[in-house]
Amino acid sequence: MIDLKDISFGYSSESLILNKLNFKLFKGSRIGLTGSNGSGKTTLFHIIMGLVKPLSGRLKIFDRQVNEEKDFLPVRRKIGLLFQDADDQLFSPTVLEDVAFGPLNLGKTREEAIEISLKTLEYLGLKGFEEKITFKLSGGEKRLVSLATVLAMKPKILLLDEPTTGLDDKTKSRLMEVLLNLDLSYIIISHEIDFLLKTTDHIYALKNGKTSLKTDLHTHIHSHPHINHKRTV
Amino acid sequence: MICEPFANGNSLIHRIDPRLRVLFATLFSFVTALSRQFPVLFAAITVSLVIFFLAGLNSWAVVKRLAVISGFNILIWMILPVTFGKEPFFYIGSISVSMPGVILSAQITLKSYAILLAFISLVSTISFSTLGHVLSRLYIPERIVYLLLMAYRYVFVIEQEYSRLLKAAKLRGFCPGTNLHTYRTYAYLVGMLFVRAIMRSDRVHQAMLCRGFCGKFYSINRFSSSRADWFLSLFMTVVIFVMVFLEWT
Repeated sequence: MIDLKDISFGYSSESLILNKLNFKLFKGSRIGLTGSNGSGKTTLFHIIMGLVKPLSGRLKIFDRQVNEEKDFLPVRRKIGLLFQDADDQLFSPTVLEDVAFGPLNLGKTREEAIEISLKTLEYLGLKGFEEKITFKLSGGEKRLVSLATVLAMKPKILLLDEPTTGLDDKTKSRLMEVLLNLDLSYIIISHEIDFLLKTTDHIYALKNGKTSLKTDLHTHIHSHPHINHKRTV
Repeated sequence: MICEPFANGNSLIHRIDPRLRVLFATLFSFVTALSRQFPVLFAAITVSLVIFFLAGLNSWAVVKRLAVISGFNILIWMILPVTFGKEPFFYIGSISVSMPGVILSAQITLKSYAILLAFISLVSTISFSTLGHVLSRLYIPERIVYLLLMAYRYVFVIEQEYSRLLKAAKLRGFCPGTNLHTYRTYAYLVGMLFVRAIMRSDRVHQAMLCRGFCGKFYSINRFSSSRADWFLSLFMTVVIFVMVFLEWT
């Protein structure tokens, strides 16, 4: 679904953050991504979404070459990116308006958008949050509402950028449950190996601008049973 | 930071279509501001008081808001009667108080209270986000509306960031005084705030792009009409016509 080849990125050609990186995401894969601070994890997501342009390399998404801004428009409709800071994602005054923003951009009518939004909120256990004011939500609520705004667009792939930072254990396990029940491919950036072990099939580490499979953890992963009653939103 | 103490309520005024409320509050303010005749101004303040009672707001909170304008009015009463106009009306000691000055002060006072009361009762009873959509329905340019809504959304975040930075400074022993170090620290703080605000706006824009934003905003709000709408429309139309009639004939 996503195919990155020889992607390089950096703010100057001497110090590259990503150095001829190759990366592939197949349908149904759930991938965890770790790496030290500033190793380019977020940049990788932004390259996939077309928010920053790589210096060199080839990027194929859904078997189509994407280069320019206009190529990325359909990509953004099918890939949902959850930002590190929920305050960046929630910009509308009320929760319902924010969740409906995506579907409305996809050309849905007002009624359809509201229906999708209400369903998504209910699915995430946020029933009754519609009229709440976004900046008055707690950190955990903000995170789940952000996830709702992304899921409301019915993406094929989810990119989650440190979804667990600042969450308490209860919200974390709620998030885990939601992720495992989704019938989606996703990539999660996180420093919490425990969380990744439970939610992903493979964990990669980003180091010196390249990804490598964390094989030492790999055997560990499959000892956890997967929840199989998958559901789409 | 911004609280909306009047936005939640269930009075007759709260049930009226917000578009009508904004429209009539604006018309009423214009007519009141342009009037000079005392009967008209007294009518205006009476109408404002009636609307205020219909809105069922907490009187004390409203009085506190009016206190802001009262300060200005007191200043006007202190300055205008003794400086404006020539013919003396009466004397306080050796200071002559002029009639036109007193009249002008009285007009300003009545106008300011009437307009402010009408706005508090009609417009501040609308929540901020609804107000944004109302303005876009009233054909205010979208850019201005969204500037307003975004400012409302992020002013809190920026305030939080400011207090976080200030706290961090205080925790390291910063106590403001009248010296260069204090000014420099505050300058850094404000500068940092600007940098962060710009970076945040970039990220918000990216987040919007990721959700299919192509430069157009859609609104999900719809306003329903009720019988209270007819009541307000009729009442305000009559009031405004009578005021215009009294003033300009």
